[in-house]
Amino acid sequence: MKMTGAEAVVKALELENVEIIFGYPGGAVTHIYDALYRSNIHHVLVRNEQAAVHAANGYARATGKVGVCISTSGPGATNMITGIATAYMDSIPLVAITGQVPLSMVGRDVFQEADITGATEPFTKYSYLVKDAKDIPRIFKEAFYLASTGRPGPVLIDIPKDIAMDTLDFEYPKQVKLRGYKPTYQGHPGQIKRMAKAILESSRPVICIGGGAVSSNATEEIVKLAETIKAPVASTLMGIGAFPGDHELSLGFLGQHGVYAANRAVAEADLLILLGARMGDRATGKAQEFAQRAKVVHIDIDPAEIGKNIEVDIPIVGDIKTTLKELLKKDISRNDWGWLSRVKRWKSKVQGVGQCTQGLNPMEIIKILSDMVTEDTILVTDVGQHQMWAARYYKTRNPRSFLTSGGLGTMGYGLPAALGAKLGCRHKEVILIVGDGGFQMSLGELATIVQENAELKIMIFNNGYLGMVREIQQQLHGERYYQTAMKGNPDFIKLAHAYGIEAFRVERQEEILEGIKRLLEYKGPIIGEFVIDPYANVIPISRGEEDETPISSIG
Amino acid sequence: MKHLLAVLVENHPGVLSKVSGLFSRRGFNIHSLAVCVTEDPSISRITIVVEGDEYVVEQVTKQLNKLIDVIKVSKISQDSVTRELALIKVRADSQTRHEIIEIINIFRAQIVDVAKDHLIVEITGDSEKITALVDMLRDYDIKEMVRTGAIALDRGSKMIRYEDIDRGGYQNGCNVL
Repeated sequence: MKMTGAEAVVKALELENVEIIFGYPGGAVTHIYDALYRSNIHHVLVRNEQAAVHAANGYARATGKVGVCISTSGPGATNMITGIATAYMDSIPLVAITGQVPLSMVGRDVFQEADITGATEPFTKYSYLVKDAKDIPRIFKEAFYLASTGRPGPVLIDIPKDIAMDTLDFEYPKQVKLRGYKPTYQGHPGQIKRMAKAILESSRPVICIGGGAVSSNATEEIVKLAETIKAPVASTLMGIGAFPGDHELSLGFLGQHGVYAANRAVAEADLLILLGARMGDRATGKAQEFAQRAKVVHIDIDPAEIGKNIEVDIPIVGDIKTTLKELLKKDISRNDWGWLSRVKRWKSKVQGVGQCTQGLNPMEIIKILSDMVTEDTILVTDVGQHQMWAARYYKTRNPRSFLTSGGLGTMGYGLPAALGAKLGCRHKEVILIVGDGGFQMSLGELATIVQENAELKIMIFNNGYLGMVREIQQQLHGERYYQTAMKGNPDFIKLAHAYGIEAFRVERQEEILEGIKRLLEYKGPIIGEFVIDPYANVIPISRGEEDETPISSIG
Repeated sequence: MKHLLAVLVENHPGVLSKVSGLFSRRGFNIHSLAVCVTEDPSISRITIVVEGDEYVVEQVTKQLNKLIDVIKVSKISQDSVTRELALIKVRADSQTRHEIIEIINIFRAQIVDVAKDHLIVEITGDSEKITALVDMLRDYDIKEMVRTGAIALDRGSKMIRYEDIDRGGYQNGCNVL
């Protein structure tokens, strides 16, 4: 069928079952927008291109589908970079489309030209600069395939304006031919056998799950594995939700800001089973001192992650779900020789955030929230102290229900990601916890929320500080709080009202429950501002007792 | 320690920058890099000399394999033929020309251009041989020099080709992301 490049782009999106696209128009993409105008794909107009990528990210994580975003050339494209890097670090499947100046003008520094494929090279799984309109069907087929298979990630397609105007004979390929890309899904049988043996020989096994456990949809298998081999399950920030947080074998959040039970169990383990966890520095602390006593099994679809950060005894390249299914066919059930009762003792030792005298206790708010929400609620966080509190105290019961910028730690992620998640899962409750700092990084998106009538429940944890940095300044820089106090914060209630969004403030402890109830019951977008103690820390200053996080100090 | 890697890549524009960008990004040291199209015009072969221990080589190999345009990464064994090419413009007047020619003959290098006060010497060989000649010629005042990166082929019947992948060539996470 004859059509223009722009029409081919939209046609390809339709054939990939794209229902929603987040974007911001501009001169280089008007033809694509004109084609979108005639399509059933719902376009969400964001207020900044970065938000388009974060929203696509939240959508992809909540739904398991590929998120799609679009911007114009030059500044539109460069605004997307942070979002693309965020998705890359967390292995989120995205297709980002950027307009480009006409091919004949590329390289001449014309108006709104930027080498976006070059600029995003380090943070994309792959990128294309379309040089011939007839390549559009193949490129889109490949892009969606690359983004969603193997280790997922963002793929960028840069489309020059004249290519979008050119005509082609559209035929969508049925298959992709990429000889340099053939992900391994099936774990090596010999290695699986070795893993089974290691399990039977272990007396203190611990499972540690990462983001790969979520993207592999392996929850069922992981629960079965944990129950069969009687192993408690710790989770990295990205793995939260892949194992039910309220399961008796759940240890919770591991790492520098993790909880005592998770860190202690990993330190004591004689067998550590890593499932799609790349063991970044925040999860291990000092890598040389991590899980010293343990034999390490690592299952990951990306061979480059195995042995990158910590030494591995039994590497298995493969998809977690597929590989665990094979493993579970073997007799690997083992008896528990008191290991779980020791773990249980550690679990009872939950350290709080310390005394809160100058405002609300954030732990309390999160615990109350955690108890009140329904099981399929999606919690989205921004980045900072509130993110760590949520990771520590909120019990996520389902995969794809805890969305946070893990690897890159991008402030401003929360609001647009929550919007994307809500638009992907309208039937689910989506709650955003965000600090006063991160909220202001993307508050322009409040307009998008109103425009889309997205029933988001937003909790601003307002401590008037960039709390995480303030905490570091308190602990490592002699309490010299510099450039962390958020002077000039707006009245968030009035601000919400200016957008026509319902809002209220909670300042007293006894109002917390009522406040959360109001958030949950309200039909429509609503903001609850919780004024928390500015000096509440993630890691309370240790008073000589056993340090909760023995693995490393912050910083 | 130096290691030789043969990397088969798609013969697309921009692939070389992806490969070299990966090295700088991940903090790997490239000693030299040579690239040209292979017997199959859709495939280019990059020969990389990388410095580092086993961990570094493993990481380089895995990260290269992650690139979609990389078809295959192979380690070149010790039992291989390795060559570099150098062109050296050295000062040579009637006094020194004969001495220089004698040295060049010993190295089985060639003179490819003669002028009144200069010679251009062409030499191929492994890295050590070229370095040895350069050291000898230094005394005669080297004015200009260009030198390629190493290229290498395994000796005997061992071959690094695309088809080999399906027949179980070098595996180590090959073609996997």
